[in-house]
Amino acid sequence: MSIVFEGAGLTVDTPDGSRVVLAPTTLELAEHRIAVVGANGSGKSTLARMINGLVAPSAGRVLVDGFDPARDGREVRRRVGFCFTDPAAQLVMPTCAEDIELSLRRTVKDAHLRRQRALQVLERHGLVDHADASVHTLSGGQKQLLALAGVLAVEPSVVIADEPTTLLDLANTRRIGDLLLGLEQQLVLVTHDLDLAARCDRGIVVADARVVYDGPAAAAVDHYVASVPA
Amino acid sequence: MSTPLLLGVYQPGSTVLHRLPVWVKVLSLGALSLTIVLVRDVRAAVGFLALALVLAAIGKVALRTLARSTRGILVIAVIASALQWWAAGPDKAAETLLDLISLALLALTVTATTLVNAILDSLIRGIGPLRRVGVDPERVALTIGLAIQAIPGTVALALETRDAARARGLGSHPRAYLTPFVIRVVARAHETGDALAARGIGDD
Repeated sequence: MSIVFEGAGLTVDTPDGSRVVLAPTTLELAEHRIAVVGANGSGKSTLARMINGLVAPSAGRVLVDGFDPARDGREVRRRVGFCFTDPAAQLVMPTCAEDIELSLRRTVKDAHLRRQRALQVLERHGLVDHADASVHTLSGGQKQLLALAGVLAVEPSVVIADEPTTLLDLANTRRIGDLLLGLEQQLVLVTHDLDLAARCDRGIVVADARVVYDGPAAAAVDHYVASVPA
Repeated sequence: MSTPLLLGVYQPGSTVLHRLPVWVKVLSLGALSLTIVLVRDVRAAVGFLALALVLAAIGKVALRTLARSTRGILVIAVIASALQWWAAGPDKAAETLLDLISLALLALTVTATTLVNAILDSLIRGIGPLRRVGVDPERVALTIGLAIQAIPGTVALALETRDAARARGLGSHPRAYLTPFVIRVVARAHETGDALAARGIGDD
């Protein structure tokens, strides 16, 4: 899948004047696993959100498989899945199976078949015993796993994960991290977990609303660490 | 931290209520609710509560779920009936208390024996003809589904915000609780909107 940033940037108006959230950025993301690292508020989430049209650039454009998310959002979202930091915002149905079924509504019209497919997805991710449990009774790790399962259920070509392990304990961080890095799909991983970032194929460092380093993931992590004052 | 109430949580089963068509359950709930509200008699209120309990038993709704889910309603019912006692006497107070509990039990029995997705499918079929006048049945059904799910989510946010206020020693200060609560609910609504958009829900 080809993801191309053609001078895509975002500037917003504030009471104190205009603020650059992401400077015009030109990139081509073709590697299997791409990590995006940087400080809070640096612009890395904005970069990730532009890929599936959650944020529209005020300058330039983004092309996903030739589609512009700002114009062809439907086509782009069929190809790009998005996993958020807080799964509580992403899980919108009462039970686990129903939340997966919600993802499948677009593609599986038959209710019985949709239920079967949802149970298969839950089985694949070790959550089938919780199929009819309230999403509120799951642990943080299980919630994130369910949110990710909901994204993967529709078999996107690209998965964007915006700090998916930030709220998790060590065991769940490893579990979700391993799952993400083991995906067949292309992965764009925004993260503060530098061990996870270093295992990717490419690393992008964002600082002060611009890309300041782009190269091998381990070197990107070293660059980021070196840029942080002791 | 307290656990949020479990309204809207399906309990798998094969009882008569589980097998009834969704539209029968929803229409019956509407008709019964209207009857409970319109019939003003304390003896009838006792009968309605008995009927609600029998239906919950037929649906094999777990006692723990019943107790947990009606706890919050019970507080409101007691306050409302106390006001009725003051304004209209003990008969009216008892009727208000029983009616509110009956309504909550009936709603809980429907949600415990019906998948929300089944309600959505039924709604989509039911309002399908309105497509001709520009109504999007999928969107209407999703809005109702989200409203059902938003209740426990919002209660969870309220409890978290209350605990945070207490931890800062501000438990009795309404502004320390209400202001962050409203902000968090609005922020959660934005996040949920983003999540729905990211999942392509509403695109079709």
